[in-house]
Amino acid sequence: MSLYEELGGEAAVNAAVDIFYRRVLSDAYVIRFFEGVDMEKQAAKQKAFLTMVFGGPNSYTGLDMREGHKHLVKQGLNDSHFEHILAHLRSTLAELGVGADKIQEVINIADSVRADVLDR
Amino acid sequence: MPVITFEGKEYHCEEGETVLESLTRHGVLIPSSCQSGVCQTCITKAVKGTPPVESQQGLKDTLVDQNYFLACICKPEEDMELSVADVAEQVVSSTIVEKTLLNESVIRIRLKTEQPLDYIAGQFINVMHPETDVTRSYSLASLPREDFLELHIKRVPDGRVSGYFHDDAKLGDALSFMGPAGDCFYTDRDLDQPLLLVGVGTGLAPLYGILRDALARGHRGEIHVFHASLAVQGLYYMDELYALADKNEQVHYIPCVLHGEAPRDGEQGDLQQILKKSKPDLKGWRVYVCGDPAIVNALKQTCFMSGANMTDIYSDPFVFDVTA
Repeated sequence: MSLYEELGGEAAVNAAVDIFYRRVLSDAYVIRFFEGVDMEKQAAKQKAFLTMVFGGPNSYTGLDMREGHKHLVKQGLNDSHFEHILAHLRSTLAELGVGADKIQEVINIADSVRADVLDR
Repeated sequence: MPVITFEGKEYHCEEGETVLESLTRHGVLIPSSCQSGVCQTCITKAVKGTPPVESQQGLKDTLVDQNYFLACICKPEEDMELSVADVAEQVVSSTIVEKTLLNESVIRIRLKTEQPLDYIAGQFINVMHPETDVTRSYSLASLPREDFLELHIKRVPDGRVSGYFHDDAKLGDALSFMGPAGDCFYTDRDLDQPLLLVGVGTGLAPLYGILRDALARGHRGEIHVFHASLAVQGLYYMDELYALADKNEQVHYIPCVLHGEAPRDGEQGDLQQILKKSKPDLKGWRVYVCGDPAIVNALKQTCFMSGANMTDIYSDPFVFDVTA
């Protein structure tokens, strides 16, 4: 069984996206990168991201991730913000009752896109 | 084998094949990504035929009601005709039958069509300027059972379409539009769910339709209507809304102003702060937010942070052009 299926598939992503996004938006350290964005479009991206880090079906390309964050890198997006997002992902999964080793697996996948997001 | 009709051509769908696979096999490419019903990139509308229920997983119920489905997980059970366009391209003719000033900058236009328009209260239409090809989206404030379509139009400085309505439009003028479209409307799956309706300026138009539609369909849960403007002169339909609140105990009308004294039952101040204070917990609520997009985006975020589920937040989707 894949990690994605083990976590609960599409239903798990749906449950996670609201919790994850709410955590991100209540973090004063990263909120400026999300101000004024269309929430539904943003949520769709979060959903695609969560599906990807859960090991689910996705069409992830590093190029999309790079292009999508370039303007934010110009505004100062850096490792410390990335760490905040990872922390929110971690606590979202913990809130959903995912075990520590599975959480680490997800975090490892998420961490693998760091260079693309930060355009390095 | 079901036949799929798309952009005037017919495609056969093999046994066990999805709509997306069939179209791709025939060289027809529509946007898609995850191919497993998650990302919703391939969302498509069935204008004929009914999509299988499992192809509508995760979609908002207002999209389900309009026969939207995900092409990548749809194995059709019957012939289907598809459209990826949001707005029907068919042009509808109408006549202006009423023009009334609602306040210093908003007029009410009522239109009559030859055939009754098939729409759901809260949807919008794209109105075409009679002499140019400029088009603007306006939400419908009327109910389908009323024998007119009602638009609320604010005068925008140098606006071509709003200027036409305010200055030039006369009773009897012919007017064409496309639509209806939009997924900001009431569904009666849960008659007891509390509803929050938040409108800024002419954002009241769709909400006025949604509110009356909910009541007509027997909604029992609380309905809180916030209508905000800079000052009391910018509000309208106050008598009508007070009357609806008096007549229906579940309805609460809260007129809000940024400047000046708060009207009866209303609030004075910034709408975002007012909502944070008076509706701190929106868990389980269904929320409709309509009006200027910049404010709507911020208000949606406020409601989400107060606990409303993302899939329970609806808004009129179009962006106003500053020259409208």
